[in-house]
Amino acid sequence: MTTPREADVLVIGGGGAGCSAALHLARRGAHVVLLERGLVGSQASGSNYGGVRQQGRHPAELPVAKRSHELWKRLPQLIGTDCEFVQTGHLKLARSEAEAAELAAYLDVARSHALELQLLGRAMLRARYPWLGPSVVAASFAPGDGSANPRLLAPALAQAARESGAAILEHTAVTACHHGGGRFLLETAAGPFTAPRLLNTAGFWGGQLAASFGEPVPIRHLTPNMMVTEPVPYFIRPNIGVAGGGVYMRQIPRGNIIIGGGHGTGDPSVPMSRPSPEVTLQVMQRAVALVPDLAGVSVIRSWSGIDGILPDKIPVVGPSLTTPGLFHAFGFSGHGFQLGPAIGAILCELALDGRTETPLDGLSIGRFARAALPVG
Amino acid sequence: MRVAVVGAGPAGVRAVGQLVRAGLHPLWIDEAPDGGGRIYQRPPPGFRRSPQALYGLEARKATALHAALDALKPRADWRPDTLVWNIATHPGRLNLMRDGVATEQGFDAAILCTGAMDRVVPVPGWTRPGVTTLGAAQIALKAQGCAIGQRVALVGSGPLLWLVAYQYLRAGAGLAAVLDTTPFRRKLQALRGLPHDPATLAKGLFYVTRLRAAGIPVAEGATPLAIEGEAPDVVAALRWRDAAGREHRLECDAVGLGWGVRPELQLADLAGVPIGFDPVQHNWVPQRDLTGRTPVAGIYLAGDGAGIGGAAVAELAGARAAQALLADAGLPVDTALVARLERRLLRQARFRTALERAFPFPAHLAAAMPDETILCRCESVTAGELRAAAAPDGPHGASPEVNRAKAFTRIGMGRCQGRVCGAAAAEVLAARLGCDTAAIGRLRGQPPVKPLPIPQPEAAP
Repeated sequence: MTTPREADVLVIGGGGAGCSAALHLARRGAHVVLLERGLVGSQASGSNYGGVRQQGRHPAELPVAKRSHELWKRLPQLIGTDCEFVQTGHLKLARSEAEAAELAAYLDVARSHALELQLLGRAMLRARYPWLGPSVVAASFAPGDGSANPRLLAPALAQAARESGAAILEHTAVTACHHGGGRFLLETAAGPFTAPRLLNTAGFWGGQLAASFGEPVPIRHLTPNMMVTEPVPYFIRPNIGVAGGGVYMRQIPRGNIIIGGGHGTGDPSVPMSRPSPEVTLQVMQRAVALVPDLAGVSVIRSWSGIDGILPDKIPVVGPSLTTPGLFHAFGFSGHGFQLGPAIGAILCELALDGRTETPLDGLSIGRFARAALPVG
Repeated sequence: MRVAVVGAGPAGVRAVGQLVRAGLHPLWIDEAPDGGGRIYQRPPPGFRRSPQALYGLEARKATALHAALDALKPRADWRPDTLVWNIATHPGRLNLMRDGVATEQGFDAAILCTGAMDRVVPVPGWTRPGVTTLGAAQIALKAQGCAIGQRVALVGSGPLLWLVAYQYLRAGAGLAAVLDTTPFRRKLQALRGLPHDPATLAKGLFYVTRLRAAGIPVAEGATPLAIEGEAPDVVAALRWRDAAGREHRLECDAVGLGWGVRPELQLADLAGVPIGFDPVQHNWVPQRDLTGRTPVAGIYLAGDGAGIGGAAVAELAGARAAQALLADAGLPVDTALVARLERRLLRQARFRTALERAFPFPAHLAAAMPDETILCRCESVTAGELRAAAAPDGPHGASPEVNRAKAFTRIGMGRCQGRVCGAAAAEVLAARLGCDTAAIGRLRGQPPVKPLPIPQPEAAP
C-alpha cells in the first residue's frame, strides 16, 4: 500500500464550512488537506438562496450566526472578495395576525442576543415598501442582515485557503475511512491520507460519516426549490422572508430576483437534485401574492441542490462523542450558508486548541444519542 | 396509449403522420401559432407572398409539409402557441404554458422534435441593433416579408449562409456582401463526400453562381473583425479581413451572422437522455440510434434536435421514430417503409459528415475573439472576463469547466440560458485552458426551457 500522506487535519467536504475551516487552519500554520468529491461549493453551499440572515434563527444558532456576521463584514480583508455580500436588511413578513404575533414573540430572542430588530405595522410597511401586496399585515426588519452570492463563497474561501498553504483536492472522493492508534486514515483515488484530527463537513453525507463512527443521526436530505427571474428595475431592497416560510425572495442590484420556497426532488446516492415544476408554479403564485408587481416577470432558470436536515432543524456542530480528534459540522437544515465562515473558525479552534469561545450549547451530536434512529 | 409529439416542423409533422396512420390520436404541441418549424415557418394570416417567393427552391417541400400539417391537425390533439417548459419521465409528464396558463399532460411515449438554433461566434459590435443571426434574417423574410436592412452583410459558413443570401437576392433585398469564413480549399477537399446528395450540392452551386451573376460581392476564407457605427445603436460598417490578409471596411446597415446550427436539446436533456460531444458536428448531441430510440424508455428523438441533419433528414427521421414507437408499443409496423427510411437516412448521414467537414465550426475565431467582445449578451459578459475567470489565480480559483465559469462570471445565466453564447463560450474557455471543447463540458439543462412568466396574483379568498 502507498505510504499515506500526512497532515495535521483532514477535512471531508468542500462546502462553506469545510473551506472556511481549511482557510483558518492554514492561516494558523496547520498542514490541512481538504477532500471534496466534486468541485467545492457544488451542493448546498453553492446552490442555496444566498441569504445572510440572523433574524429568525434558533437561539442555539445565534452565537454562531453573530460570529459569522462579523466575518462576512470582513470578507474582503479575509479573502480578497466580498462575494457580493450586501447588508440590505432582512424583512420578515406576516400575512395574518397569528404570523404577526409570531414575529413579535421573536423580539425577546433577538433582544437577549443583542440582535437589532424593528417591528413594522401596516402603515409603516406601506410607506417604506409601497410595492408589498395587500396580504401583508406586519413585518420585522433586521437592518444588519442581507445576502450574498452562494456561487462565490466556497470557491473563494478555498482559493484563499490554497494561497495560505492548504491542499484543496477536488474530484477526490473518500472511499474508506479508518481510525486507530489516535489517527484517521482516509482512502481516496488520489491515494491515502492520514492525520490525528478529522473534520466532518460533508453536508447531508456527514450523517453517513458520523454513523461510521458509531454516531448515527436521523438526517434526511433536503432539496430547496430555487428559481431566478430575468432582470427588472431594482426595487426590492431587503431580503424577504415570511413567517411560516414557504417563500422567500431577494433582488440583486443588477435586477434579477431570486425566489425560493418548497422542495424539489433528489437522490443523494448519485448525487442528483432537480426542482419540481409544481412547486415552482406554487412558489411563483406565493411570491406574486406578496409582491404583485412580479406578475409578468419571467422566471428564466430553476435549480436545486442537496442539504441535510435534522429533526430539530439545527445542525450538529462540535466534537464527536465516540472518537477523539473527530469534529462534526453538518446537517445545516437549509440555512447553513450564513454560518459557514464562523463554523470554519470554530472547527479550527476545536481542532487546534480543543476549545472555542463560541457557545455551541444545543448543537452537540449527543442530543441524538438516546434516540438513535436509522439514517435515512 | 398516450403519445405526445413536441414540435411541428418537418420531423414532427412526419412523426404525427405515421402515428395517425396507425390509428393513434397524439397530443401534438408546437411553440409557433401554425407549425412548419423554423425552416418552413409560415407567415401570419393575411400575408399574400407566394410559397415560391417565401421558400425559393424549397417551395414544393414547404407546401407539401404545410398540407400534411393542416390535414393532421384535426386528427391529433393539436396545441399551437404552447411552450413545453419541462419534461419528466417514469411517469411521463410534460409541463405546458400557453397564454400564461400552466397545465400538465401525462404521456406514455413521446417523440421530441425540438429543432435547432443558430450557432453564433460573437464579433465585436454584434450586440448592435441590426445584427441578427442568419436564421433570424431568414425568418424576418419568411414570416414577416421584410429584410433585416437595406444593405445587408451576411457572414458565416454553411448551407444556410448561401440559402439566406439567395433568398434575400430573390426577394429584392439589398445585399452588401456575402462573406464565407471557410476557405475555398477546405470546401474543395470535402467535396469528395458531397455527391452522396447531388441535389443539395447542385443547389449550393446554383446559389453561389446566381449571387455572383447578380454582382453581389462574395468572399471565401474571410474573417469578420468588427461591426461598427458612430452611435452605439446603429450599424454602419463591417470591418473584415480577406484570405490574403488585407483589411476591408464594408458599408452596411445590418449584419446576419451564423455558423451552422446546433440542436435544441434541453427537453432531451431534462428527460435524462445522455448527451455527448460529436466531434464531426462539433456539437453536443443527445444519444439516439438511427431509429430515433434513446436509452430512456419511451423517449424518441427526430429532426435537428437529435443531431443536425437538415429538413430532408428530419422528415425521414420523424417517420422512422414514429415507426419505432409503434413497434415498441406492439402495434403494426410498416416494414417496407422502415427499410426505405433507413436506407435514405444512412445515405444522408454520409453526406452530412462531408458537409460538416466542408463547413467546420470556426473554433479559431472564438479562440481569437478580442477580450473586449461581449460574449454573453444577456449578462454583458466579455470574452476577457471569461478568460480571467478561468485563470487559476482568479479570486475564486480556476474554472475547469463551463458551469463553474458560469457560476463565476454569469455567462449563460441570462434570458437565453446560454442557448446563444454557450457554444462560443465553451470555445473561448477551451482555448484559454488549452483543452478540448468536449472536456469543457456544456451548460447544464435547467427548467424552464424558455422564460416562464409569473402569473397575476390569484384573487384574495
